[in-house]
Amino acid sequence: MALTDIWFLLIAVLWTGYLVLEGFDFGVGMLLPFVGRDAVDRKVTLRTIGPVWDGNEVWLLVAGGATFAAFPFWYATLFSGFYLALLIILVALILRGIALEYRGKLDDSSWHRRWDLVIVGSSAVPALLWGVALANIVRGVPMGADHEFAGNFFTLLNPYALLGGVTTLLLFALHGAIFLALKTHGEVHDRALKLVPPIGLATVVAAAAFLAWTQAFDGSALTWTLALAAALCLIGALAASRFGREGWAFVGTAATIALAAATLFTTLYPNVLPSTTDAAFSLTTVNAASTHYTLKIMTWVAVIFTPVVLAYQGYTYWVFRKRLGRTDIYQPAEKVTS
Amino acid sequence: MDAIDLARWQFGIITVYHFLFVPITIGMSALVAGLHTAWYRTGKQKYRRMTQFWGKLFLINFAIGVVTGIVQEFQFGMNWSSYSKFVGDIFGAPLAIEGLLAFFLESTFLGLWIFGWDRLPKKVHLASIWLVAIGTQLSAYFILAANSWMQWPRGYTYNSATGRAELHDFGAVLTNKVVLATYPHTIAASFLTAGAFMLGIALWHLLRRPGENGSLFRPAVKLGAITTLVAAAALMITGDIQAKIMTDTQPMKMAAAEALYDTSAPAPFSILTIGSLDGSKEVWSLKVPHGLSFLATSTWNGKVEGINNLQTAYEQRFGPGSYKPNVPLTYWTFRFMILAGVLTAAIALLALWQLRRQRKSSKWLIRAALAVPLLPLLGNSLGWIFTEMGRQPWIVFGLMQTRDGVSPSVGAGSVLTSLIVLTLLYGVLAVVEVFLLLRFAREVPAETTEPSDPEAAEPAFLY
Repeated sequence: MALTDIWFLLIAVLWTGYLVLEGFDFGVGMLLPFVGRDAVDRKVTLRTIGPVWDGNEVWLLVAGGATFAAFPFWYATLFSGFYLALLIILVALILRGIALEYRGKLDDSSWHRRWDLVIVGSSAVPALLWGVALANIVRGVPMGADHEFAGNFFTLLNPYALLGGVTTLLLFALHGAIFLALKTHGEVHDRALKLVPPIGLATVVAAAAFLAWTQAFDGSALTWTLALAAALCLIGALAASRFGREGWAFVGTAATIALAAATLFTTLYPNVLPSTTDAAFSLTTVNAASTHYTLKIMTWVAVIFTPVVLAYQGYTYWVFRKRLGRTDIYQPAEKVTS
Repeated sequence: MDAIDLARWQFGIITVYHFLFVPITIGMSALVAGLHTAWYRTGKQKYRRMTQFWGKLFLINFAIGVVTGIVQEFQFGMNWSSYSKFVGDIFGAPLAIEGLLAFFLESTFLGLWIFGWDRLPKKVHLASIWLVAIGTQLSAYFILAANSWMQWPRGYTYNSATGRAELHDFGAVLTNKVVLATYPHTIAASFLTAGAFMLGIALWHLLRRPGENGSLFRPAVKLGAITTLVAAAALMITGDIQAKIMTDTQPMKMAAAEALYDTSAPAPFSILTIGSLDGSKEVWSLKVPHGLSFLATSTWNGKVEGINNLQTAYEQRFGPGSYKPNVPLTYWTFRFMILAGVLTAAIALLALWQLRRQRKSSKWLIRAALAVPLLPLLGNSLGWIFTEMGRQPWIVFGLMQTRDGVSPSVGAGSVLTSLIVLTLLYGVLAVVEVFLLLRFAREVPAETTEPSDPEAAEPAFLY
């Protein structure tokens, strides 16, 4: 296996890790008003992602940095080409981080309400736009021999990409609902569980349509298998949640996201950004890559440090494994009745 | 303005803004870790309260540092795609390694520290904040290594077939002598910033209510002032080393810092020059004879090259064009950077002296307490503006000019949109952040006793 292929695989893994992990915290953010009817429930809801969301987001930063290092031409064309779309995502991620960190700093209900609105919006926007972006990468963009993106912002808003966006939005909402059901007890748990069937049904429809459409670009036996496995996991997740097996349901949605991402990246390979102008102008794992020497150093660093990172991130999830409920939220004595 | 000017303004605004928060994070994480260690070792409630008080302010600052950092990583691809293609083989690696080694460490263990209060084993909880502090150090090193490569590229070969710079010695990138000097200088500046931040807030509390706030803020004033003074000494030493390396690697930057137009031996150090700074006329100036020679070469009569002579030399080497940075800007930012550091240290020294003599509060000391956290922020910003403007017109010294690094497919409209959106957003964030900082800086934490039931305890940091 060539180093360029290994790095394509690693970047696919980083993106998959990002989508699986931040997927549920986007979902929790979007569902905040639906599962958190009062101030205490909303605190319970946000507390489920509090210790981990920032670590989840670092997967994106490492995916971005690794793309820069391993495939600088991919990084340069993609981020300059998707300029305004990326700007919207960045603004949302900035607002989201600030909202999550600053919301709890003051004990004031109008302060909370405002930040809650920001959390909902800034969780939904990237959840939608990452799907749009990934779909556009798989489908390809107008691009000449100079590897410069030749479209504009509206080129990115084609029906296939929008369907991709709706799919990730719904999938993350479902993933978040199931995560909440797994991580809480009491009212937040019950409401989250009630949201699973309707969101689940919509997700099945959107995801099936999106993955089937993806096959139209470059379907192979392998991608069909992956897409079917994703569909099976999704249905399995819904079934598990119906029978109260919340841990398995969460494994199911995580696997759905991972397999859907695998379908997309397998469809994409060996391109990293296909050109719809002429296939000869496509960016591939070979012509977008860094030199062998750089890839070799990066591989050593990744091999040594990735297990360490996985170990301590896993430890965080283990430390905060307990289900949360209203009794876990500190309420000043005089506030309990209100 | 066209896309290139807008992209340059955007880079400047976004980066200087980000760097208001970074030094506080670097310095404060270590100071908070130190206080937490004192609490762990002595078990004294005083230290628990101090850890919480300063920890809260640290977290408010950290949040903005993190979110503005996301833009930093993506803007190379967004606005500077030609640069990214040209140097990606070299520049991308430290960025990716920073993410893997530093960001994961910082964010994961900060989550553990915030939410692990009263829940984690005490040793693990203490280790968490130290790992955050170590993460910030690693982060600073890799970023400064990437930046230093742009200042003085080493360990690469230019491949004319692919038209890009290619890495052949990663060790040379990580041990570039510019980063070896810049890293300690930046870390010293970060401790100066954090020390002054602590000193200013603690001094204000102490002067207002010396009796009841004394136990909590008297040690903080001492810690802040001593940190500031040690950092100031380290800044002078590292700054001096950096100046010598700069003279060697980027003589034009040194010449511009002094507005020295003609090669001189010995060269004087200009404390202040009133004039046009374009070398044509000098109205009045105050100079230390031999000063620049010593600063730049460690000898009293050393030769320092002037702007005009370097311009001629560069034209012969790189072809026609101007190789002069903006001289008034470099001249003044260099001076005011030093002045900001000196003033900060002076206030720290006076505060310590006042405290020893147990004097009553005086008006000027309160004013100084309010000013002292701001001075290093100004110094840090000016330092970076000097460093980056001083190497112009180069984005990578001797290899690529800034105007050639911009994204060819991004129009001025897009850059202007993002410039306006991000500037407004950052403006709003600044207001919210200052509001929260002032609120928590004023609030004196209540006396608490060790809770008997950790599950029922008020969390140290509400979420």
